[in-house]
Amino acid sequence: MEKHNLVIVGGGPAGLAAAISAYDMGETDIIILERESKLGGILNQCIHNGFGLHTFNEELTGPEYAQRFIDEVNKRNIKYLLDTTVINITNDKHIKALSTSGLYNIEAKAIILSCGCRERPRGAINIAGSRASGIYSAGTAQKLVNIDGYMPGKEVVILGSGDIGLIMARRMIFEGAKVKAVIELMPYSSGLNRNIVQCLNDFNIPLLFSHTVIDIKGKNRVESVVIAEVDEKLNPKLETKQEIKCDTLLLSVGLLPENELARGADVNLSRITRGAIVDDNLMTNIEGIFECGNVLHVHDLVDYVCEEAKEAGIKAYEYINNKDINNYSKTEIICENGVRYTVPELIIKNNDNIPLTLKLRVGNVYKKVKLEVKCDDEIIYSRLRPVVAPGEMEKLDLKPDQVLKLRNANTIKVYLRSIEE
Amino acid sequence: MREFICINCPLGCNLKVDDSDLSNIKVTGNTCKRGEKYGIDEVLNPKRMVTSSVKVINGKENVVSVKTKEAIPKALIFESLKLLKNLVLSAPVKIGDIVIKNILDTGVDFIATRNVDKE
Repeated sequence: MEKHNLVIVGGGPAGLAAAISAYDMGETDIIILERESKLGGILNQCIHNGFGLHTFNEELTGPEYAQRFIDEVNKRNIKYLLDTTVINITNDKHIKALSTSGLYNIEAKAIILSCGCRERPRGAINIAGSRASGIYSAGTAQKLVNIDGYMPGKEVVILGSGDIGLIMARRMIFEGAKVKAVIELMPYSSGLNRNIVQCLNDFNIPLLFSHTVIDIKGKNRVESVVIAEVDEKLNPKLETKQEIKCDTLLLSVGLLPENELARGADVNLSRITRGAIVDDNLMTNIEGIFECGNVLHVHDLVDYVCEEAKEAGIKAYEYINNKDINNYSKTEIICENGVRYTVPELIIKNNDNIPLTLKLRVGNVYKKVKLEVKCDDEIIYSRLRPVVAPGEMEKLDLKPDQVLKLRNANTIKVYLRSIEE
Repeated sequence: MREFICINCPLGCNLKVDDSDLSNIKVTGNTCKRGEKYGIDEVLNPKRMVTSSVKVINGKENVVSVKTKEAIPKALIFESLKLLKNLVLSAPVKIGDIVIKNILDTGVDFIATRNVDKE
């Protein structure tokens, strides 16, 4: 049995940032386990620009951003294993991992889960129709084009206007394909505005809101998809159906944190985020198991992932060196009126640890609202937001006096208040 | 008055650009200086970064990702991509290596954005 103080599962941006920060705190016995044959995670296939404006003050592509972190890891001689898949973690922090050189059994003092998320597949949204080839998740298509150098098709329809779908619309056009339409079930996009502008509008690709794919036709290869408008209950209005000829359907219909390992270790998961329920140390209910990045909740920006991961690295270091950080009582944040979730969900009581950022997402597009935090009967935070949308994570940087109130409260509520009221 | 969504970063600020006087364009709604510049450029000469990939031989990977070092005029996007189409690089390729110099006389280069080691 190998022993390590800190085992990090996943060598994407979250895992790398967590490793670097734990190392810089003074932890030298770290090992990163990565299932792919190189570090960097999903950034390796995100060859578009727009990463790192917050962290590096310049606009990088995904692989460049990843390389900055990989270089920092190498500078510190932090150990990592590639082509190594963790297959099981127990609640007493024993890790089983498979690699090309065999089976590893590792005992850890602390574990950071930074294994990211995966795409919702066709089965998750139950599209009727044939099982012809030519149906890909947008991320799979992205990997084929950007890493392997293959084109998945020539005439493309994209279902879902998440960022990967939008980015792939432009990417397919750049490689000579035709993108016929992007179909979005909701009346708004979950992707970033900038991507709608520079990936769709720039190339006159129609974006159809409140539409969905109701049938896929074709025997061996996709030949067309049938789309229809949906009503307020998201049921298709059959009289509006139209057929679009295409040979490829890309699905960009959401991401799910990959928490099979966490579940196996008895980590409590949120039914909303599908990530772990963590306190403001980013620790799960299992002492010494932390989560950060997209395995905890899906982020919009890699910069935010790395910020969160940095925090997890610091907290894991503190845990390894001072075992009692879990022995506090905690207050659960109640989300109301439009707020879907917060991370963290649990606030440690009467702790003198001051820096605290609440991250949250709303469930719909709301205009002219106040984002408020109420501790018992006192509103401790109130900020006017002209527009909030599910696609954009809100970050509440609380001031020291606000954090103190949060830590002393018996009930904490986070909600949206319409200012017309 | 024209409205744009700034594409410089994922914040996507909603810009209002007063272009009634082209020698004195006023931008509001931006949260940083880059937004102001974007608003002015979008009226006078819209520009975009172009990212794509190029075939590599003798490398650990089949393709290397590339980008324009700076944004180039939007109208030149497809012509710039044609320059990459039949290009084949030989590994090793390093981040920052110039792949194509002075794209279509814009003064901007295509540079590699990934390290591809020799096989």
